[in-house]
Amino acid sequence: MISRLTQLVSVFAAAAVLVLGAAGAQAGGIAPKVIIDKSKGECVLPAEQMKRQHMKILKHRRDATMYQGVRGGKRSLQACLSCHAVKGDDGKPVTIKSEKHFCRTCHDYVAVRPDCWDCHVSVPDKAAGRAALKHRAGTMRAEASGLIKYLEGGRK
Amino acid sequence: MTSHSPDTRVDEARREFMKKSAAAGVIALAPGVTLMTMSSEAAAKADPKKRWGMLIDTTVCKSGCDKCVAACKAENGWEAKAGSPTDPQWIRKVDVKDPKTGFAMSLPVMCQHCANPPCVDVCPTGASMKRADGIVLVNRHICIGCRYCMMACPYKARSFEHHEVPEEEKAPWAPRGQGTVEACTMCVHRVDAGGIPACAEACDKGAILFGDLNDPDSDISKRLASGPSYQIRADLGADPGVRYARLP
Amino acid sequence: MKRIHYSLLEGRVGYYATLAILGAIAGAGVLAAWYMEHHGHIVTGMTNQIVWGMPHVFAVFLIVAASGVLNVASIGTVFNKTPYKPLGRLSAIMAMAVLAGGLTALVLDLGRPDRLIVAMTKYNFKSIFAWNIYLYNGFFAVVLLYLYTQMSSKFQVRRYYKAAGTLAFVWRLILTTGTGSIFGWLVARQGYDLAIYAPMFIALSFSFGLAFFLIMLISLYRLTERPLGNGLINRAGRLLGVFVAAAFYFVAVQHLTNFYAAEHQGVEHFLLFGGNVYSFLFWAGFVLVGTIIPFVMVFSKSAKTSMKPVFIASLLVVLGGLSLIYVIIIGGQAYPLVLFPGKEVSSSFFEGMINPYTPSFPEIVLGASGFAIAALITVLATKVLPLMPKSLADADVDPHLVIKDADVVEMKKAA
Repeated sequence: MISRLTQLVSVFAAAAVLVLGAAGAQAGGIAPKVIIDKSKGECVLPAEQMKRQHMKILKHRRDATMYQGVRGGKRSLQACLSCHAVKGDDGKPVTIKSEKHFCRTCHDYVAVRPDCWDCHVSVPDKAAGRAALKHRAGTMRAEASGLIKYLEGGRK
Repeated sequence: MTSHSPDTRVDEARREFMKKSAAAGVIALAPGVTLMTMSSEAAAKADPKKRWGMLIDTTVCKSGCDKCVAACKAENGWEAKAGSPTDPQWIRKVDVKDPKTGFAMSLPVMCQHCANPPCVDVCPTGASMKRADGIVLVNRHICIGCRYCMMACPYKARSFEHHEVPEEEKAPWAPRGQGTVEACTMCVHRVDAGGIPACAEACDKGAILFGDLNDPDSDISKRLASGPSYQIRADLGADPGVRYARLP
Repeated sequence: MKRIHYSLLEGRVGYYATLAILGAIAGAGVLAAWYMEHHGHIVTGMTNQIVWGMPHVFAVFLIVAASGVLNVASIGTVFNKTPYKPLGRLSAIMAMAVLAGGLTALVLDLGRPDRLIVAMTKYNFKSIFAWNIYLYNGFFAVVLLYLYTQMSSKFQVRRYYKAAGTLAFVWRLILTTGTGSIFGWLVARQGYDLAIYAPMFIALSFSFGLAFFLIMLISLYRLTERPLGNGLINRAGRLLGVFVAAAFYFVAVQHLTNFYAAEHQGVEHFLLFGGNVYSFLFWAGFVLVGTIIPFVMVFSKSAKTSMKPVFIASLLVVLGGLSLIYVIIIGGQAYPLVLFPGKEVSSSFFEGMINPYTPSFPEIVLGASGFAIAALITVLATKVLPLMPKSLADADVDPHLVIKDADVVEMKKAA
């Protein structure tokens, strides 16, 4: 992993290059093309808005999760990952270490390093390994038994 | 100990939630529909009326048994190599012996989820935080890794992540990363989903009872009202949410 | 009192050589920080038991010393002591430099130094750390203002010199209270949780700061071959002796108080009589090298005719100070947390065990680079701003300081 400080320096360097090169580059051609698979439904906002505001939505959601316990649903990080997962040569979703990772296609280009993946897993839930499956099973078991008990009239 | 089985606890939390949903105007057409709504829609779960806590029945907790620790590791993805001073430990089994009398016992120690947490007081950025329902967490989005909370915690409940966490060790519900502080979250992701912490679920003696300390009708409140219980270092006034049926 | 003339630092080869040496040490510190940040704190000696290590020892020493360095200016401004007035500019700039050095070591040790901006934008006002961020930043602002009132050519600005000096003095007292309270307000640990930490740190800052200032002052004047009066240094040296004694008094009261309570005898016994590195550093480092020897030296007869005793005493005070801070920070963590008073405990998390600590090379370099950064900023500032009086000869500073030749001969005979 490239160090954060090195990243910071490279951000400044890249910013300088971008500013100088902006005039020459003008209207596109070199911007990365992001492949979006719409078969899984629409995103939370239109693509143009997502381009500009995804970080605000993520930040808002992050605080809602931390302070209020808002979890799951379409705006969860896991939902983002499961729609935008990019499959590698082995057919599994690639991690942030791969240049093909959805976030990296743009973020590498603009030389902005997302801070999310230092802590968060960068692939959808299913790929998170045995622990994930175990958790899934556990939660489903708990939910199922809870539902049965509820339908039976609960504990008295 | 059947009355404290995990399933019952889930059921109770679920019923709590139903009542709340109904009050909020969500019409429960059928139980199933409401359940679907709950699992697919994102709603706030940290309820200021609640205070989550635990009662650990140390009269049945055995030295050498570490099922709760193993469950926490599996759930949250941390690992502690024997003898490593830098590996994190969210929960640990402590063997305590009174040298004067020879009486010995064993108990699990994790974040005590204090009502007046010293770690929250000292944190410069507010990353060390207490949720409305009493669960003490580290908001690692704004943690700068100064470790002042580790200096302040009387229970040695917090660990610092000394190196990069490999992708395969990260659980989606328990993010962990280099340079920040972490600790027991009372399995907040499970609690928010109406479940109980992994350690409470794993204890085959049913020694860990999880519930709402503010609800007088909860099992934990009833148990606490019917007999003595103790907090570690109660003299500090931090008012831990984790209580023990017996302390050495 | 004659009019004091200030001038820029002279020299080319010597100046650039000094810059190169200090810059190299500071650069090594930055490299060490980069290395630690890249690999994580696993490459340091710090653990989940000893969470604050060598960078914190140096950083706390420097932060405490910084406010003490400013005392030299305060003695002139607030307490109207003539001989200290010409030192005001140098004292102010050096105070900022030392604080900058300490803070650099502190923030580069953070687990996420890249998130320093978070520390500047998000505050928990119940945290003494958060308050300290304000106090440190405010210190730079207040001292800059103070320096401006000292150096301005406008009378309208200079008339506020005393007001600014008083503000800076009060600010530094609050600042050191904040630094001491980082430890004084830690209720959990046996070695801390004492109200005396705040005044003790103020007393320590007096001695650390003056010692550091004297080392820099004597070095700068010797290297630039400017006149420096022995009377001035002797007088400041004797003041250092008083400060050293005051610091020792507070440290003694702290340990006696803690020792009296049966509850805390364990940690006190461990720190003072444990036969370990902490008891060695306390008695040999702080008490002998950092207190007794410098105290005797600054009041010795030879100090009246030579600067050497004061210079060496200052070096010893710094060494003794670092020893004491090491005992406070590392020793306080090495002693285990007490969850079950009076009981024997064991666990996989080193319950009830004395926690070992072996500082790694990078963290020592990072800490020590704080000193280099402090010196580097001071030297750079004296090159671009007229901070150093052309002459600090006793006759130019305060005629009362001049000792008659006959007396010198007599004293030399007696010595």
